[in-house]
Amino acid sequence: MNPAPASAALALGDDALLLSHRLGEWAGHAPVLEEELALANIALDLLGQARVLLSLVGDEDELAYLREERAFRNLQLVEQPRGDFAHTIARQLYFSSYQRLLYEELAQGDTAIAELASKAVKEVDYHRDHAEHWTLRLGDGTAESHQRMQQALDALWRYTGEAFEPIEGLTVNWATLRARWTDRITTVLRQATLTVPSGPQSGSWAAGGGRQGVQTEPFGRMLAEMQHLHRSHPGATW
Amino acid sequence: MTTMAPDAGTQDDVAYEAQFNAAVTAEERIEPRDWMPDAYRASLVRQIAQHAHSEIIGMQPEANWITRAPSLRRKAILMAKVQDEAGHGLYLYSAAETLGTSRDELLDRLHSGRQKYSSIFNYPTLTWADVGAIGWLVDGAAITNQVPLCRCSYGPYARAMVRICKEESFHQRQGYELLLALSQGTEAQHAMAQDAVNRWWWPSLMMFGPPDDESAHSAQSMAWRIKRHSNDELRQRFVDICVPQADSLGLTLPDPDLTWDEERGHYAFGPIDWDEFREVLRGNGPCNEQRINQRRTAHEEGAWVREAATAYATKQAERSRHGYRAPHDPQQGDTQEEDIA
Ligand SMILES: [Fe+2]
Ligand SMILES: [Fe+2]
Repeated sequence: MNPAPASAALALGDDALLLSHRLGEWAGHAPVLEEELALANIALDLLGQARVLLSLVGDEDELAYLREERAFRNLQLVEQPRGDFAHTIARQLYFSSYQRLLYEELAQGDTAIAELASKAVKEVDYHRDHAEHWTLRLGDGTAESHQRMQQALDALWRYTGEAFEPIEGLTVNWATLRARWTDRITTVLRQATLTVPSGPQSGSWAAGGGRQGVQTEPFGRMLAEMQHLHRSHPGATW
Repeated sequence: MTTMAPDAGTQDDVAYEAQFNAAVTAEERIEPRDWMPDAYRASLVRQIAQHAHSEIIGMQPEANWITRAPSLRRKAILMAKVQDEAGHGLYLYSAAETLGTSRDELLDRLHSGRQKYSSIFNYPTLTWADVGAIGWLVDGAAITNQVPLCRCSYGPYARAMVRICKEESFHQRQGYELLLALSQGTEAQHAMAQDAVNRWWWPSLMMFGPPDDESAHSAQSMAWRIKRHSNDELRQRFVDICVPQADSLGLTLPDPDLTWDEERGHYAFGPIDWDEFREVLRGNGPCNEQRINQRRTAHEEGAWVREAATAYATKQAERSRHGYRAPHDPQQGDTQEEDIA
């Protein structure tokens, strides 16, 4: 097996780490008990992926707890505040559809990332099912749920383009990936009686964004919460 | 037990009651379709509901630390634990449903304050060590309370408890292990662990309920084989288990009267502050309001989601009645439950 390219493991690991963190914020706040279980399940899967990926680069805790804001390589999409349930579902739809297609392709390779991807593709399949299911319910549910879901899709749309910028060290046909993603999203949204957002998929302000370590404002706060205890006890083991 | 409930109230209830009592005494399981006294049903619903509510309110103090867990390993363990508690809530609400009371109805009683949850969750989790103290002491006390319930006369409750107890003992070990790491860690970590144990010890002893001579429901519950041991017996059992464990942890328990009583073969312990217990029960604990408010808010903010799920399910049912088939169904192969609300 070939060694995994560190930059790629970091980018994918950070995506999983921070989305897991945001999903963890739902614990005790979900709209229905079944969703406490489902969201925790997804968060745990992602945390598991993050731990494998970060460990390919170095010590998982050092990487999670001791890096500064600019050293993270996650998509800006995953760090956005959790918002209402529609925002969470819209993000899950965008991200899990991306991750599912990406992992499927990466699973063909021969690095440690390929090994992780081929194992994780099944669980990501469930994440996508969960998101698509809820997209249908919310989009084709009540007038209120339809409106909330559309708003969430629109608000997060601007963070989706960055997912298809090449990641150093990965051999992926990004244009094809993007086309397949757009296809899938379009089909689901149409069936859910929702509209595919028409705004730009990345802003000129983003300057390449998360993958280059340029994050959004909520990111620093999230990191402060996540890291404060670990940093308060330098060198301690937990 | 196989005696079916009569279709109409024409049968002789006295005969059914005699049969019921005989079955209970013979340690047979009562199943949902069996005849049972109304008071037995009501008592079970109250107990199972309170237990279910405790599981879901109990998620809050620990979820409070998910986003601050100090290592990724601990974060995964904690997330899984909080998720388990949600699962316990789910099994228990289902067990209550077999007695004819829906989850919605029970949640409504919780939110309106007509039903209680375990008072222990009205204490705050102030530091990371509290997560360990809850696992070790609170899950530990829960197991002591609940293991006898695995033999409860009501089948669905007993079976739910078997599954739950297995997971609770995991939680107890993980809590112990978390505290051990702190106790053997830096000076600051050790102090954090000791402080948490100091704060959680007495409330944990109160989890077994008031002393036997003041316990309202005990005698009848024992006769019905719902309860097997008295509050004081269980409390003593718990103390006897904890003392040597505290010792192995390198931590002390905050009770100067804690001594081995050779004659009784048990640890003697100091007086419990029952005024504190009653105050917290009455709603004056540090977190009563916070806990119930968070629960209500989550429920209210989730109303539109549950309504959407119901509306969608209704539309789908309509469509399948009219033979409508979606042109492309992205949910194909999905194993999730359709009706989640
Ligand atoms: Fe539990
Ligand atoms: Fe537990």
